[in-house]
Parts: sequence; C-alpha cells; structure tokens
Amino acid sequence: MFDRYIVCEEGFRIRADGRPGGVVEVRMPYYRGLGLSMVEAVDLVLDGTPVPAERTDFTVHGNTYRFDELPQILDDRWEMGERAQLGFLTDELLGPGEHDIAVSVRLRISYMPVPGGGRDRKRLTLNA
Amino acid sequence: MTAARGIKRGVSFYSFQEEYFLRAMTVEDCVAAAARIGALGIEIIPEQSIPGFPVITDEFVEQWFGWMDRYGTTPVATDLFLDTKRYPARWLTHDEQVESVHRDIDVAVKLGARIIRMIINTPPEVMESAAPYAEEKVVRLLLEVHAPFHYTHPWIVQHLEVMYRTGSPALGLMPDMGTYVERFPRVVSERALRDGAKPELVDLIVKTYDDHGDTHALMDIVNYRGGGPVDVGLARQATHYIWTDPRAMLDHMNLIGHIQAKFYEMLPDETEYSIPYDEIVPVLIEGGYDGYLSSEYEGNRHIQDAYPVDSVEQVARQHAMFKRLLGEQA
Repeated sequence: MFDRYIVCEEGFRIRADGRPGGVVEVRMPYYRGLGLSMVEAVDLVLDGTPVPAERTDFTVHGNTYRFDELPQILDDRWEMGERAQLGFLTDELLGPGEHDIAVSVRLRISYMPVPGGGRDRKRLTLNA
Repeated sequence: MTAARGIKRGVSFYSFQEEYFLRAMTVEDCVAAAARIGALGIEIIPEQSIPGFPVITDEFVEQWFGWMDRYGTTPVATDLFLDTKRYPARWLTHDEQVESVHRDIDVAVKLGARIIRMIINTPPEVMESAAPYAEEKVVRLLLEVHAPFHYTHPWIVQHLEVMYRTGSPALGLMPDMGTYVERFPRVVSERALRDGAKPELVDLIVKTYDDHGDTHALMDIVNYRGGGPVDVGLARQATHYIWTDPRAMLDHMNLIGHIQAKFYEMLPDETEYSIPYDEIVPVLIEGGYDGYLSSEYEGNRHIQDAYPVDSVEQVARQHAMFKRLLGEQA
C-alpha cells in the first residue's frame, strides 16, 4: 500500500565505519508499526546484484540488528513511516553517482493468508 | 428526517494514514482536523499513532487528554491487532492471545476509550475468555464485521454464538461499511489500468462485480483470458469486496456498538462512489443505533501514484454527507 515510499530519496550514503558499502533509508509498506520478529526480510538489490542478507543490517531508532537476530526481537518495533537504516557491505568501495536501489520488504501479518510487504525501486545519487 | 439524534459522528485516524506516514500530519494535527470537520469522536490505532507501543507513557497520556480538552474531542475507540504469528515457528497460544487482548484493554483504558475494535482474525474462544476482564474495565470488545464476511458466514456465526450464549455486555459487533460496496470502486480499477491492466479484463471484472454476478471464478477467467499479475490482482480484489443488504444489521442491532464508515472516494457532490450511505444510514436510524459513524478513508493507496492525496478533504465531504443523512442543521 505504501510501496512507492519504501526507498527514501534522502539519506543514501556511504558507511560511517569506513568499510566498503552504504546505507539506504527505508520505510515499511504498512499502515501500522510492527514488532521486529514479524519483519521477515528487507532484501536489497544494488545495481542489479542481490546483496545477501548476512551482508546487511537493520537499524530502527538507534538500535542495530542483524537479520538473523530479528525473528527473536520481541521488544522493539519498526514504527509506521519510520525511516530505518538498511546498512550493507560491498566488495568494492561504493562510487559516487547514480545507483539502482531495489528493496523488497516481507512482513508476517497475522490476519493475512499470504505474505505482506511490498517492493520499490529507485535511482539514488551518492554524493562524492 | 427525525429520530437521528442518537447517532454521533467521529473519525478513525486510519483515515489520515497517508499524511501521517509521510509526516505531513502529526497526531495532534489529526485531532485538530477531526475537530474542524466536526468528527468529534476519535478512533485511534495505537500501533499506528503511538511510537513505542505497547508502552503508553504518562507523558503521551497527558498530551492526549490535553488535545481532547483543547479541541473539544472525545476518545471513543481503539483498534487492536492480534499477532498470532508473532513467533516465526509457532502460533500464539490461547492464553497468550487472551493476554494480548488484556494488554490492549489496558491501553484503551489509558486513552479513555470504551470501545475496542477486535480484528477479524480474533477467534471466538478468545473473545469469550477476554470478556470478563473487559467487563471489569467497562470496555466493549467489538468484532469488526469486515468484507468478505457477513452475518451468516460461519466465522461470524461462531462469534454470534458466543455473544448470544454468554450474553456478556462486553461483547458485540463493529460493522465495517466495506461490506456494502454496491459498485466497484473506480479508484481501484483506474489504478489497475495505470499499472498496465488490460482494459477488456478490467471491464469484465468491474461489470461482473457491478452486476452482482458470480465473482468466485473471476481470477481463473482472467487467467484464461491472458491476464497478468495486475489483472489477476484486480480480480482478487473483486472477490474481497461484497455487497449485502444493510438491513441484515437490524437483526443484531443490540450488539452493534460502533460503525467503521469505510469509504474509497467521496465525490464533490458529497456522495460516495461505491457505498450507498443513503441506504445504510436510514437502516441505522430505524434500528435506533446511537453510537458513532467513524470515518475510515481508504482511497489514498489507490491514487497516491498519480494524484495528490487530501484525506482531510475526503473525510470532510463524508461528514457533510452524514449531516445531510442524519438531518443535522447545516
């Protein structure tokens, strides 16, 4: 329902820890906040190449999690409309200029018989 | 028109989801907008509007009642969710489900709401087990009767069995007016066309729905006719809207404590494109309903790709319609 708002236009940047990779800000395509144990995946495809989940991490309001930790997180949430930071590692340093960012979010919504979530794709510019 | 005096008007902040999601409106802005529209009964989805849920801080509670005083609004209802799939590998147990409802009863009480929207996936046995605590807290647990369900559907019949057998004053129904979609919402079919649906298949789906024809096999037919994912998705939506006779509510009027006045598109002439409120409101008046008509705008998701969303204007138009149908002074 909010698919087109998943990838934020602002905030795309290189990592602050100096490792190769970047951070893209993402919002949940849903009309309420959801406990993190029900966030099954936030998959990233960078310039046409899928980034494995183990090379990404997820930060909501200052709390950072690995994706294999999320199923156990019962006391934290991704709030409605909140800009989460999806951090990712790459082999090479991320070059300045345009990048193709595709994000697919999969949510476990209890009243729905099929997976919830959505997908979005945007071209974002990394400033030099 | 007379005897409509008992029916009150309100709004669910579900209606302002587009603006709230994009941070164009705060929760206080939602309260202020409700007051301006004259939708003075407030329905809130705590999991949407209150970051940090289920912790409701004293600071938020103080702000909340401050807004109610300042804008002349009243907390009426909260909408709960039942996360039966909270754990990846197992279903929530019965006791955990009841505990989740108890938690949300406490949230409603903190916010001053006496009505809780029980989501449609709540099992009847959970309603029965949670009723005593709701009675103690003087809160009503109202099961949403949401499309594609209706009053003779087995799932609803099981719920009615619990309600009539226990006679608990805490249990009841919250009809969602999305069960009275007489005409296929054009905001939905037009979106499908923008997303690349085949016009002849969109026509078939809309016509079948509008003729109140058999929609069961629509997904299959659309597939046989070469439909892609957008066409099949539209066909699926056609099986999820329903049109039933609003008079069915009269049989259960004693259980009905709140109305979710769902809508997709309020036209400039202050009528709804799909849902005939001019047939629905008289039924509520006839039945002596004295709760709220609580706006639930759900058109934003269908137009946000192409048009600016103005949820406040949409809700305002719906309330202009309600005033007319309730015979309120303009």
